[in-house]
Amino acid sequence: MSETRGTSLPVLDPAAVRKERRARAQEAEARRHERERALAEAVTGWFAPGEASRAELRHQQTVTVPVGRAHETLRRCRDELGFDLLTDVTVVDTLKLEGDHPERFWVVWQLLSLAQNATIWVRAWVNEDEPACPSVRDLWPAAGYAEREAYDMFGVEFTGHGDLRRLLMPEDYAGFPLRKDYPLRGRGERDNFPVIRRANEEAL
Amino acid sequence: MGLENFLGDGFISTRIKDLLAWGRKNSLWPMPFGTACCAIEMMSTLSSRYDMSRFGAEVVRFSPRQSDMLIVGGRVTLKMMPVLQRIWLQMPEPKWAISMGACASCGGVFDTYTMIQGVDQFIPIDVYVPGCPPRPENLIDAVRLLQDKVAGKDVQRLMDERTGQPNLARLEAMEARRAELRARLVGPAPALAGQEARA
Repeated sequence: MSETRGTSLPVLDPAAVRKERRARAQEAEARRHERERALAEAVTGWFAPGEASRAELRHQQTVTVPVGRAHETLRRCRDELGFDLLTDVTVVDTLKLEGDHPERFWVVWQLLSLAQNATIWVRAWVNEDEPACPSVRDLWPAAGYAEREAYDMFGVEFTGHGDLRRLLMPEDYAGFPLRKDYPLRGRGERDNFPVIRRANEEAL
Repeated sequence: MGLENFLGDGFISTRIKDLLAWGRKNSLWPMPFGTACCAIEMMSTLSSRYDMSRFGAEVVRFSPRQSDMLIVGGRVTLKMMPVLQRIWLQMPEPKWAISMGACASCGGVFDTYTMIQGVDQFIPIDVYVPGCPPRPENLIDAVRLLQDKVAGKDVQRLMDERTGQPNLARLEAMEARRAELRARLVGPAPALAGQEARA
């Protein structure tokens, strides 16, 4: 240990260090994209050809599955692929979205695997007249609030949820405000309160 | 009144109404209804730097039953409006309300389905504070204005409440009063360059 006396630390070039770190981060990111692609392909592989599809946009993997098999798919994602965390459940309304869509809404689940550091999206189309979709509250308790919010904003019924009440809007609110045919300023709900006046306005 | 002549020094006489108003205006108990960034300015106003206790309004009560000045600061949503109305009804008379900031006064930038576009549609408001959020000085100014109102002073209303138009009679009266004061204190106003020929 006495030999360390008088020696100095090696002088590093900060630019070179930054470059090396950036390269390592990019490699790690590329490996993560590979993992995510493999996981998404594994999910697609559970289905007959044409039944499910995989899409990739800016390295995000989205698997589209039939709504009837969504619960089973998500359970297998959790149990077999190690997606231990459900980040979000939400709905997309394609009413004013460009392109050709088989149904009006899709429900999307965002899954995260902490051990593998991988995220995939699973989505399922639901129809407009009776939008319904199986609840995954039994798989991830975190789905409870997310599904209540999605129901509150889009009116998609999550069957088997058990406690599907409005989360943000008042209980007696009519309509689902994030649907794209809902007017931004509402339908007069914000002007519909009793007016309280002073009893003794003149006296004051 | 002349009572002092009989009672001697150490007594002043007043009307009971004025005495009550004087007590009330110097001891306003605020009920903060802060739902957004205005509440931060409200806290600043109440704490040591701006110190609203200088004006007798520092005893913040979070129970509406123990307060007489409601300060609505921040956005009020569809779900919050019944709560606000209930709080207002729970406050004992006499009571006053300040609408603090753009959101409480008119909805601010939040013109959406869930935002109340001005709480004065549904509860009575005495003083509005402009700003987004208002500075503590603005809130103090509003409290001072409210104190004048509590004391029974005729608070200058430059806008006619019924028509929404400028109150011309009051503006003229103010101008006349200002000219009169000026004439008495500093002499007649100097004529402007263009007006000399006419004068």
